[in-house]
Amino acid sequence: MSGARWFAVLAVIAWSALAALVLRQRFERRGADHRGPGRRFVRARGTLIAVGILVFFATVALVAPLLTPYRPSLQLDIVRLQNAPPSWGHPLGTDLYSRDTWSRIAYGARVSLSVGTLAMLLAATLGALVGAAAGYFRRWTDAVLMRLVDVGLAIPRIFILLVAAALTTHLPLATLVLMLGLTSWFATSRLVRAEVLSIRERDFVASARALGGGAWRVIFRHVLPNVAAPLIVSMALGIAQVMLLEAALSFLGVGVQPPTPSWGNMIAEGRDQLATAPWTTIFPGLAIVLVVMALNTVADALRDALDPRQETP
Amino acid sequence: MTEPVLRVRDLKTYFVTEGGGTARAVDGVSFDLYPGETLGLVGESGCGKTITSLSLLRLIPEPPGHIRPGSLIELEGRNLLTLAPRDLRAVRGNRLAMIFQEPMSSLNPVLTVGDQIAEGAIVHQGLSRRAARARAMEMLQLVGIPDPELRVDDYPHQLSGGMRQRVMIAMALVCHPQVLIADEPTTALDVTIQAQILELLDRLQRELGMAIMLITHDLGVVAGTADRVLVMYAGEVVEGASTPDLFAHPVHPYTEGLLASVPRLDRPRERLSGIPGTVPAASAWPSGCRFHPRCPHAWDRCRQEEPTLFEVGPGHTARCWLVVEPARRRGAAAP
Repeated sequence: MSGARWFAVLAVIAWSALAALVLRQRFERRGADHRGPGRRFVRARGTLIAVGILVFFATVALVAPLLTPYRPSLQLDIVRLQNAPPSWGHPLGTDLYSRDTWSRIAYGARVSLSVGTLAMLLAATLGALVGAAAGYFRRWTDAVLMRLVDVGLAIPRIFILLVAAALTTHLPLATLVLMLGLTSWFATSRLVRAEVLSIRERDFVASARALGGGAWRVIFRHVLPNVAAPLIVSMALGIAQVMLLEAALSFLGVGVQPPTPSWGNMIAEGRDQLATAPWTTIFPGLAIVLVVMALNTVADALRDALDPRQETP
Repeated sequence: MTEPVLRVRDLKTYFVTEGGGTARAVDGVSFDLYPGETLGLVGESGCGKTITSLSLLRLIPEPPGHIRPGSLIELEGRNLLTLAPRDLRAVRGNRLAMIFQEPMSSLNPVLTVGDQIAEGAIVHQGLSRRAARARAMEMLQLVGIPDPELRVDDYPHQLSGGMRQRVMIAMALVCHPQVLIADEPTTALDVTIQAQILELLDRLQRELGMAIMLITHDLGVVAGTADRVLVMYAGEVVEGASTPDLFAHPVHPYTEGLLASVPRLDRPRERLSGIPGTVPAASAWPSGCRFHPRCPHAWDRCRQEEPTLFEVGPGHTARCWLVVEPARRRGAAAP
């Protein structure tokens, strides 16, 4: 790897740290007695490191071509560079097919992060809509939707996905996102429904109806914004879960298809060389652990920060 | 006399209770509301005032509640009970608006007050966001909130109780409704703010020419603002009269009891009298006159026969057998 690439990587690390610090500055500087959710968020333990990690991987995913010396699927030299240990030229080593591990992790971040985020966005949207409809309309709408959710929660998700994957020979990335999204909304809809059940009884909902708002207008304008806090927390946790699931599926060979790199299938490909070339599995594994832990930390901090019981009006 | 803007006839709102019983929360209420007048609706907690007002907007949760067939709620000549949901929404907040009791919980905590005031104008008049925002500022000005251009972006928790109630009023009046239902608009406020809010309602009524139905348990509020008063007890109207008439010559023993339980500055200090007992449960109204178990004058007829609304004088009615048999009144001079 050339000096320019090294410099670019260092720049991304510095930028991530800076982003986290700026976030802290922004919320800490508010008046001394201000105890808003933003301040509580940056005060929570480990949040800044977690935010830094997330910014780092997100940036790496965005500018991967600038940070990596090789294309992720390029086989450099199958004779001399097979399973080469980390060095200055290949900071994270190379794999069985002599591909640069760092390049694959950077491009894998694109796949893993975007699959996780997109699938979770789909799941959160579906979950919020179904949960809001069930909680707001009650009666048979509630009964039908919630029995559907019961069924969805009763069948192990990985099992559905394995069956779906087995039925198709080649799985496009979009289909994978769709499958993950369509099987991840059940718990979210339960959460949203429970919140909506309590919010629909509040006076401002009656007031909005008295002003002539239709059911969906009331739901979108008045009910769902009040569910935002728990929904955001569950999304942060959900992305981590979906990423793990994608990694697991890719590890089993039914997720992201080689040669497209994802952190999950990198571990799968490196598993036979665990003893001789551990860098091919350790580094993608580390990336997964770091991102999932960071997401969980952020979700925890968000939950504490947005908890209305701590809010002083 | 002019046509009433709101006609209510034989309004019955029943609730099916868990045990399969029926709670007759509002049981045959009739009244007219004329343009520009203020009608007070008075009664204890649980007498059906709030259910009456929610019924007018058809905001009764169904099930368990329902409005009985045969009831009529006619606003500007249209029966609200037979309107399609879409037409009903076009009436709510536009021709017929309501302000709620509790100004904190009736405002959405996550929307700015400007957005909430503008909502009615966007829904009913199709205003653009920008025009609606300008309208919201106008309304804030109208209800007497200083610095509307700053306050329009405030959230409810940044305002005081009195300001929140002003915002509620602005929300309800944004489309200039013909009828405003005010359900205990001042109960949650302290007396000075209460006076300001009542004065504000009075001024807006004169400026906009709307009719107000003022629901309250506070006779002092009624005395100061209402033109006519209806007294409700146990889901029924028991007495109706112009405000001066009602305060000077109450007929129904319940009205007398209510008046006697208000402290007066113009009388010598004495122990306040209350009405013994409480309002019975709506699922088991007493037989005969519903007030007889608590009435000091009750005799056999009251226990068996239910009185109708008798005409006492011009525009004055009372649901009491004493109108027919005044001699039965305890302490009345023998004829």
